[in-house]
Amino acid sequence: MGAESSPKIVIVDESPIRAAILEEGLREAGFTSVAHISEMQSLLARIYALDPDVIVIDLENPSRDVLEQMFQVSRAVRRPIAMFVDQSDAASIQASVDAGVSAYIVDGLKKERLKPILDLCISRFNAFSKLQDELDRAKSALEDRKVIDRAKGILMKLKGLTEDEAYVLLRSTAMREKKKIGEIAQSILTASELLK
Amino acid sequence: MTIPLHIGFIPLVDAAALIVAVDKGFTAAEGLDVTLVREVSWSNVRDKLNIGLFDAAHLLAPVAIASSLGIGHVKVPIAAPFNLGLNGNAITVSPALHAAIMAEIDGDPLDPMATALALSRVVAARRKSGAEPLTFGMTFPFSTHNYQLRFWMAAGGVDPDEDLRLVVLPPPYMVDSIASGQIDGFCVGAPWNSIAVDRGVGHILHFVSDILVRAAEKVLAIRQSWSDKNPEVVAALIRATFRAAEFIEQPHNRAETARLLAQPERIGVDADVIQRTLDGRLKILPDGTIRESNRYLLVGREGAGRPDPVQAAWLYAQMVRWGQTSISPEALRTAKAVFRADIYDAALGHTAKPADASDAIGAFAGPAFDADDIAGHLAAFQIGRRKS
Repeated sequence: MGAESSPKIVIVDESPIRAAILEEGLREAGFTSVAHISEMQSLLARIYALDPDVIVIDLENPSRDVLEQMFQVSRAVRRPIAMFVDQSDAASIQASVDAGVSAYIVDGLKKERLKPILDLCISRFNAFSKLQDELDRAKSALEDRKVIDRAKGILMKLKGLTEDEAYVLLRSTAMREKKKIGEIAQSILTASELLK
Repeated sequence: MTIPLHIGFIPLVDAAALIVAVDKGFTAAEGLDVTLVREVSWSNVRDKLNIGLFDAAHLLAPVAIASSLGIGHVKVPIAAPFNLGLNGNAITVSPALHAAIMAEIDGDPLDPMATALALSRVVAARRKSGAEPLTFGMTFPFSTHNYQLRFWMAAGGVDPDEDLRLVVLPPPYMVDSIASGQIDGFCVGAPWNSIAVDRGVGHILHFVSDILVRAAEKVLAIRQSWSDKNPEVVAALIRATFRAAEFIEQPHNRAETARLLAQPERIGVDADVIQRTLDGRLKILPDGTIRESNRYLLVGREGAGRPDPVQAAWLYAQMVRWGQTSISPEALRTAKAVFRADIYDAALGHTAKPADASDAIGAFAGPAFDADDIAGHLAAFQIGRRKS
C-alpha cells in the first residue's frame, strides 16, 4: 500500500504503551500514516489539525463524548464525520466493545477500508489486555513471595525452624486446608500483627 | 426466580434513584438482580444500551429522543418509562467572567434575563477589544446542558454559534478546564458545579430552575423492543426506582442517600457535597455564600418521576431550533412517544399530580410552550439555526 493511498489514522489513547503497540501493528500492516494523541486538552483542535480519515479511541476514555461533537453541523467542522458502527456488522461491534476500542471514520473513506484497521485494533487491544493481566499476575506473584518470606521468618523465629522446614510447614498446611501458600502466609502475618 | 439485569450509569447525583433502588434493596425486593455498571461517557452508555450489553441505562433525556429519531447516530427506538430527575444542572462561570457580568448587570443577578443581557454586553466589549471569544463547556451535543445554555444566552441576544464557542467536555474535566482557563464557564449537573466552587475556580451563576421551572434531565432508558417483550420486568424496575425516589425525597433519609451515592464504585465524591445537592442548599461562591432552592433537583417530588411527553416535545424543539434536525410532524410524534407515561401509570397504578408551571416547562423567556405547534413556538425566537 503506497503512502498516498494509506488512510491517515489518529489514535486517541492516554496509555502510551497501548498506543505504541497499536501504532506498530498498523505500520506493520502497511498503514504508514499514523499519529497518536495522548493529551486530551484541545482534543478537537488537534484532530482538525491532523485531519485524519480514521480516528481510533479507547472506550475507557471520557473524551469519546468530545468526538461526538464532530458529527454536529458546525462551522468549525470542514467535513462531517460519520460513525462506522452501524448495525450492519453486529459481530464487529461486539468484538470492538469487548476489546474496549471504538473507531470513527471521516466521510469520504470507504467503509470497507476501515474493516482491516478495526480488526487490527481489536486484536492489538486484546493483546494489550493480556499483557496487562500477565503483568498483574507477575506483580501479585512477587507480592506473594514477599509475604511468604516474611511468614517463613516468623515461623523460623517462633518455632526454631530452618528456612526449608518453615517452607515445608507452610506448604503442607496450605495443602491440608486447600488454600494457596500465599494465603496461609498472609494469615500468619495477620495473626502475628494481632498478637504483638 | 430473580432476573439478572445490567444497567449503565454515569456518576452523577441524578442517578440517585437508580443507585438507591439497587443499594437499598428495592430492586431485589422486586425480584431483580441488578448489576450497575459505571461508565465514562454518554457515547458508551448509548452504544452499550443500543447493542444490548445493557438492559437499561441512566441516560440524558435528549439522547433517548435523538436515538429514537436516528439523529446523529444509528436509529434505535428507546422507551423512557421513568424520569430519574427534573432540573439539577447549574451554570458556573469563572471568577473573572462573573466579575465582568456583575459589572455589566442591570437588575437582579438571579434573573436570567438580566445576566443574559449582561453577558451580551461582555461579549460585545470583548469583540470590540479584539479578545478571543468566550468558551463554554457542556456535556454532549444532545444534552439538556447544551440546550439550557443556548436558551439562556440567546434570550439576551448572544448567538451561541457565532458569538462564542460551545465545546463538549466530559463532566470530570470541567473543573480543571475552568481552572486552567481553557473555558470561561460551563453547564453541568451535580456534583461538578459545587466542586468548582469549593476549589475557588467557579461561581454558580444560575440554577437551571431559574431558566426552566421543570426540565426533564435524565431518564431510565430501555430499548423499546426489549421493553415490549419484558413488560413485567420493566414494571418491576419502575416500581423499584419509584420507591427509591420517594425514599430519597424524605429529608431524614438524605444523609443515608448521600452516603450510598458517595461510595467509590458509585459516584465517588464526598457525601457532604452530594447532600448539599439533594437538599438544594448550594454554596454558590468561593466566599461561602449559600443559595437555597427547593427546585434545584427534583427526584420524585411533584410527580418528577412520571415521564411527560411535553418535556420530550420541548427537547425536540431545541434540536430543531439549533439545526440538529429538521422539523416534521412525524418526528414530533416519535419524540413525544419516547416518554412513556402509559408504562409508568400501568406499573404504579396511579398518575402524578399536575405540574405547577402553566405550560409544563415554565421558561423565563419567550411565549408559553405549545407542544403541538413547534414551528409557531420557535418563530418567536430570533436566534437559531433552523434548517429550511
